[in-house]
Order: sequence, then structure tokens, then C-alpha cells
Amino acid sequence: MASLDLVQSLHGHDDRAWSVKWNPAGTILASCGSDTKIILWMEEGGKWSAKVTLTNAHQRTVRTVAWSPTGTYLASCSFDKTICIWKRDETGAFDSIATLEGHENEVKCVAWSISGEYLASCSRDKTVWIWTCEYDDEYDCLSVLHSHTQDVKKLCWSPSEDILVSCSYDNTIKLFKDDGDDWTCVETLSGHTSTVWSVGFDHSGNRLVSCSDDQTIKIWQRLGGEGDGNFGAQGWQCVCTLGGFHDRTIFDVDWNRKNGAIASAGADDSIKIFEEDLDVRDSLREPSFRLSFSVPRAHSQDVNAVSWNPVRPNLLASCSDDGSIKIWNYTQEAR
Amino acid sequence: MSVASRKGLDNSNPLVYESVSQRELTEAEQNDDVVDKFDGREVFDMIRRINDPEHPLTLEELNVVQIDHCEVDDDKNRVVVYYTPTIPHCSMATLIGLAIRVKLLRSLPERFKVDVRIYEGSHVSEAAVNKQLSDKERVAAALENDHLLNVINQCLTIHKK
Repeated sequence: MASLDLVQSLHGHDDRAWSVKWNPAGTILASCGSDTKIILWMEEGGKWSAKVTLTNAHQRTVRTVAWSPTGTYLASCSFDKTICIWKRDETGAFDSIATLEGHENEVKCVAWSISGEYLASCSRDKTVWIWTCEYDDEYDCLSVLHSHTQDVKKLCWSPSEDILVSCSYDNTIKLFKDDGDDWTCVETLSGHTSTVWSVGFDHSGNRLVSCSDDQTIKIWQRLGGEGDGNFGAQGWQCVCTLGGFHDRTIFDVDWNRKNGAIASAGADDSIKIFEEDLDVRDSLREPSFRLSFSVPRAHSQDVNAVSWNPVRPNLLASCSDDGSIKIWNYTQEAR
Repeated sequence: MSVASRKGLDNSNPLVYESVSQRELTEAEQNDDVVDKFDGREVFDMIRRINDPEHPLTLEELNVVQIDHCEVDDDKNRVVVYYTPTIPHCSMATLIGLAIRVKLLRSLPERFKVDVRIYEGSHVSEAAVNKQLSDKERVAAALENDHLLNVINQCLTIHKK
């Protein structure tokens, strides 16, 4: 039997906790929230505690944080329209080294590309910005993308190439690529019938998972490539829809890149884990996923984010409107 | 969520409805040993005296909120309020919904999931307004806007008559 057991409940935010993200080494968990604080949690003797609190960088809610691929930088974005870049020095302390301005409205998400070359941000102002870090920690805006027609909620980069994915209040998911001249939208994925709150890649970069206010989770697959199943279609297609599991908005999904488990969470206070049915895996058929475990009252209020530890794939972090952060241990079903 | 400019009133001569009578306390409600679950009437009492942003009248007097349109399931922690804008193209519809939402967020225990929606068929932009009101991220951002928060607090200030 699979199970998801609570390891520890962490308290440090004075208000709604919006986002949790592990650093690439899996040793630091960063959280942020409506109290404008960013807290870095570390483990010592088997217990997690708040080691660093970053304050005074933002005037309003800190919506999301993101780690650079090396773990040296942390980016935070806020309803105050700015993005803050934090750098870790030799002693392990974090200092704010840059503030990026330009968005006309609340910044909803930031994400670093796998190469570390680009930082992307998105906003209530409907745009996605691509920034480069040139040298001396100077950040320049490379491109402003106007493809979405509404509030852009979340961003993520492919783990294998410089492809950026965004999702929006306009119910769509969009993929962006550098075509040699400028960044352009290369594909629009339609299928969700309301706001798409989050999107994430699997380990290969050939599949995406998304979640929505329409209370479904969708799996998208890049078809027509070598070794892929081809259902007579090209490009990204929805190959699986998981409905009937959450009965309110689903705010976040995270695809574990080590063990393939998908975690989802939302306004019904629950956390659910899905696993692919590998027994029925067949390149000529659409994939099938099943509910592996569910914690109906994971938090006492909405669960806003879930994040798998990249190095210890059994560890899952979550955060909630109740202000708490929780760390969970996932035991996969024996195969 | 911007506040529409106030050049002229949307609905300059609204119908005014009579207020419902005071809730009568039952014996069970006065007994501390009896678990008193939230009901539609209680939720209605929380929101009936919210002021209209334009008129010196309450949402109850304008028939924007009604007892029968407050649904409560205490066991499932659900509250759904359907409100009826005075006219189908009312530009204040989002603001009124936001005021109801804020009032309920402040008054009800945190365990409740609150949905505030336009009564079906009573507004031209029903779907768009409902989507905005149910987006808690946009509601949170709106409430960090001092000007908007002031306007909402004015709507929520109870005027003695």
C-alpha cells in the first residue's frame, strides 16, 4: 500500500503561505506568503526549522520563489510588481542583489531555465518576460511576450531544453521557444474549461501535467517525435484527464522527476498522489493514471502549493492558507 | 477589479424592498448545550446590512441579497451566496460581490469555503464576474489595494437608522 505520512508541521508565516520550493540540492526549503516574508527551512538532527528569514525586499504579498539550477540564486516575485534576486555568499547568507521592474501589475511567478541562462516572469498584466543574466549580476529583459489574453498564473521550464511553458486565467497553456531571432509562442494547449493554475514537466520534458479551476488534471504528451506513441497526431496533445478527484479548484501539481508520482493540491484542503498504470503502458494506447493515495484534510484550509524534493524523492512539501508548511513522506506501492 | 467612475448612477431610481423582521430566537438557540449550526438566515443577517456602493440603501433593501439565496451546509463547511444586481448591466456587480465576500471572510469561521456568485440570469457578465470573485489570488491582490479596501470598508460600515 502506498502512503503519505506527515513528517513535520512548520510554523513561521503570519498569514497565508503561497509557495514552497526546494533548492536543487534538496537541503533548503524556501517558502513565501502574504506576510511578505521568505523563510528558508533546513534540517538538523532530523528536524526542520526556520534558519533564515528574508524580509524588507517586498512591500506586498510574495507570491512565488524560484531557485537557480546551481542553488546560488533565489528569485522572489511579488504583488508589488517587482522581482527580487537573492545571492548566496560563501557563508550561506542571502543578500538581495537586484530588483527587476517592468511589469505593470502583480508578478505571479518566476522560473529559471535549466541552463541558468534565463529567468522568466509572468504577471496579472497578461505578459511573460524573459530576462538574461549577463555578467556581474546584471539582468536585462530580452523579450516581452503578449500571447496570453488574461492574467498569467504560472511558469515552468523544460528540464531538457530551453522551452518555457506558461498557464493562464484565459484557460490555455502556451509553449515558448527562441526561434533564433526572438522568443515566440510555438504552441497553445486548449482543453481546460477554466483558469489553469499550474503546469509542470515530467523528467523527460516530453510530458506535461496541468491543473485547473475546472477541477481536473490533464496530462499532455509531445507526439510525433522519435520513440513516442503516435496517435496520428503531431505536437502536444492531451492524452489523459483526471477528473472527479478534487471537488474544488486545483492550485498546484508537481511531477516527481525521480519516481514519476504526481502530487496535486487545492481548495478542497486535500493532497492527492497519482501514479501511472505501467501495466497497461502501450505506445499505441493513451496512458492511464490512478489515484495512489489521498490525504483529504492535509491542511485546515486551501493547499496552495506542493513540491517534491529533487534529491530525496519521498519528501513532499506543501503550504496552505492556514499559514503552515508541511513536510510529508511518501511511500510508493511495492511493484 | 477597478471601481467604475461615478459619473451618474447606474440605476438612478431603484425599487426599495421592505426589510425582513428580526430573527426570533428559539429555546434551543439560547441553550449553550445545544450545538447551533450555521444556517441561511444567519449568513443572510451577516450581509443584509451591507451598503450599496451608490445608494444610501442596504443590499437587503435593494433586494440584492435574499434569505432564500443564502445556502449553508454546516457539516460540509460550505456557504454559497447568490446575489442579484439591481439591473443586468450594473457596473458595480463585481464590487458588490467582493464586499459580500469580504464580509463573509471576516465573519465566518475559517473552516468555511465561501462562494459568492451572481444569481443565475441576472447579469450580462455573469460568468466573468463569477470567475473573478472565485479567483482568490485576484481577490487577495485587490484587497491589498488601499483605495479599493477603503471603498469596501465603507460598504461594510453599518449605518444606524
